[in-house]
Amino acid sequence: MAYNLKEVVANKPSRFSEGHRMCAGCGAPVVARHILRALKEEDHAVIACATGCMEVSTFTYPYTSWTDSFIHTAFECAASTLSGAEAAYKSLKKQGKLPEDEHTKFIAFGGDGGTYDIGLQALSGAMERGHDLTYVCYDNGAYMNTGIQRSSATPKFADTTTSPAGKVIPGKMQSRKDLTQILVEHHIPYAAQSIAFADFRDLYEKAEKAIYTEGPTFLNVFAPCPRGWGYDTPELMNINKLAVQTCYWPLYEVVDGKYKITYKPAKKLPVEEFLKPQKRFRHMFKPGNEWMIEEFQKEVDRRWQELLDLEEMTNK
Amino acid sequence: MSIRERLSGNEASSFAMKQINPDVVAAFPITPSTEIPQYFSTFVANGTVDTEFVAVESEHSAMSACIGAEAAGARAMTATSANGLSYMWEMIYIASSLRLPIVMSLVNRAVSGPLNIHNDHSDAMGVRDAGWIMLFSENNQEAYDNLLMAHRIAEHKDVLLPLMVCQDGFITSHSIENIMLEEDSEVKKFVGKYEPKHYLLNKKEPISVGPLDLQSYLFEHKAGQAEAMKKAKNVILDVAKDFEQWTGRHYGLFEEYRLDDAEIAIVCMNSTAGTTKFVVDKLRSQGIKAGLLKVRVYRPFPAEEIAKALEHVKAVAVLDKSDSLNAVGGALFTDVTSGMYVNNVNVPTINYVYGIGGRDVPTTQIESVYSDLAEIVKTGNIGNPYRYLGLRTKEGK
Repeated sequence: MAYNLKEVVANKPSRFSEGHRMCAGCGAPVVARHILRALKEEDHAVIACATGCMEVSTFTYPYTSWTDSFIHTAFECAASTLSGAEAAYKSLKKQGKLPEDEHTKFIAFGGDGGTYDIGLQALSGAMERGHDLTYVCYDNGAYMNTGIQRSSATPKFADTTTSPAGKVIPGKMQSRKDLTQILVEHHIPYAAQSIAFADFRDLYEKAEKAIYTEGPTFLNVFAPCPRGWGYDTPELMNINKLAVQTCYWPLYEVVDGKYKITYKPAKKLPVEEFLKPQKRFRHMFKPGNEWMIEEFQKEVDRRWQELLDLEEMTNK
Repeated sequence: MSIRERLSGNEASSFAMKQINPDVVAAFPITPSTEIPQYFSTFVANGTVDTEFVAVESEHSAMSACIGAEAAGARAMTATSANGLSYMWEMIYIASSLRLPIVMSLVNRAVSGPLNIHNDHSDAMGVRDAGWIMLFSENNQEAYDNLLMAHRIAEHKDVLLPLMVCQDGFITSHSIENIMLEEDSEVKKFVGKYEPKHYLLNKKEPISVGPLDLQSYLFEHKAGQAEAMKKAKNVILDVAKDFEQWTGRHYGLFEEYRLDDAEIAIVCMNSTAGTTKFVVDKLRSQGIKAGLLKVRVYRPFPAEEIAKALEHVKAVAVLDKSDSLNAVGGALFTDVTSGMYVNNVNVPTINYVYGIGGRDVPTTQIESVYSDLAEIVKTGNIGNPYRYLGLRTKEGK
């Protein structure tokens, strides 16, 4: 795949227009715009979006940021709504009711609330049924739209408004669900993890593979939230880089069951580098709370090792 | 030429769906409507329809997929009952607000809890304010006919609202009765092509559907839905006229059975109307002027027309196969009486909640209602207007 990403970014018309109301320093709109860049210019797209920050900020009547066709219905059903649209396409195409030379791609966007939690059933159903669509989760690790409540994607110990770091309970007490692995277990042809800012080439290439692999595909994209994570906006790029360099958020893809880790840091940084610039982990750095960082590090190490093992095992 | 057959209500409904040949069907099984997607899957498997069948993992996804499909430019249908409809509830409102003419076959069953799989109307009554057109069917023939008329009504440019065809679970869905079917080619001609004005799959005109709709706009959008519902009444009658020309079978907003000279009347919906007709005939043979008003179109509610049809009657009983648990009376009762009030019709009217959870409704119960009405006419004393029919009491009655 010979291409020049700079040229793509500069010359390919954006399919996600300016003027939306997402916060400065938010990862989600960058994810949406960059993923849509991977569409072939001549292709039409139907985009579904779960209720969440992205939906309410990009399609407030009578304005829309989406230059393709777009549909939002409710919080938990971006995947099933898009299933219906994709089934309609198959049916109409088969019956000759749509132009033969036109192609439509189907992409859903949901936050971790609409994907890991309330929308998991609809997502699982759509993936199992084998619709030709791509589901993108922009994972910012909490229900940010309603005001930073914990989700099953929230990392352990994070301070959220429903898992506040209090005098007795120091933040969220449960580990993060591994949604990408759950999707891999659906035996779909393509599943991957990427990130909003650390490596645009990684996101672009994975988006293209996901969109143009036939069948159900899944992208889990780590996307920072300035309000929920509590960082200075200029720190944005740095925090993203630290997420991958500490192996907290590994970049990898699974093609027909084969794992490929697409970035292995030459020097794996201690996870506290990633935790430190974020207010949601501030309490972990208080004297006496060293055990929290230790435990967090162990969890990251264990999951990273698991991934390395999976890569080795599936490529034998 | 019509074809004489013997089918159950579910068979008749799936047969109608086969003839309509929708682009997408998304459904999840639930008793007693399960057979509809089941029979329909066979049509798909045998290639007798062009439909994409989406075997969703829940009713919530069934309605979501229907919304996605219909918005994409396809004709989408589904079938459900009771808790299935409850699980769809959120999406039911979204379907109507997006003005998508989805058609559903609702096989009425009691909504939990506790769990009960038999017929009453609590499922339909739970969505009576959701902006769907609601047609009720006395038997398999009416379920079939209502479905054949459904798309013409729902997709009409003045309407663009989703529509549900109701029939009684088990009582009609699983009972085999005689039926007149129409020929495939004639059905195709009558139903016509679906040509949406705006749809997601139109590359030439991309659209955004389902916005965040705030204080400056939502009110007007809701008023638009209300306006469409008002206009639906005439469209329903126009389509019924065409249908009668084609099949010879007459449909209105409601059916008046020996009502024009009746002194006492029952208002009810679905299969109970059949039982009531039998009782009306029996009472008439005894010289008692009993009549029936069977509501077919429940939403839009023909309040003015019903009030007028009941104007001359001396006492009315409204039978509700669902209790509203509001300490006042069932939904149909409230609709009928408020319709009478605003149209200056003052007829003594009582309410019976009956048949809950599939409790059998024998002719003797219907007869007892007419004798209660006769007593009210005689004494002028209504007594308690909010009553039960067929409820066991402590006295063991």
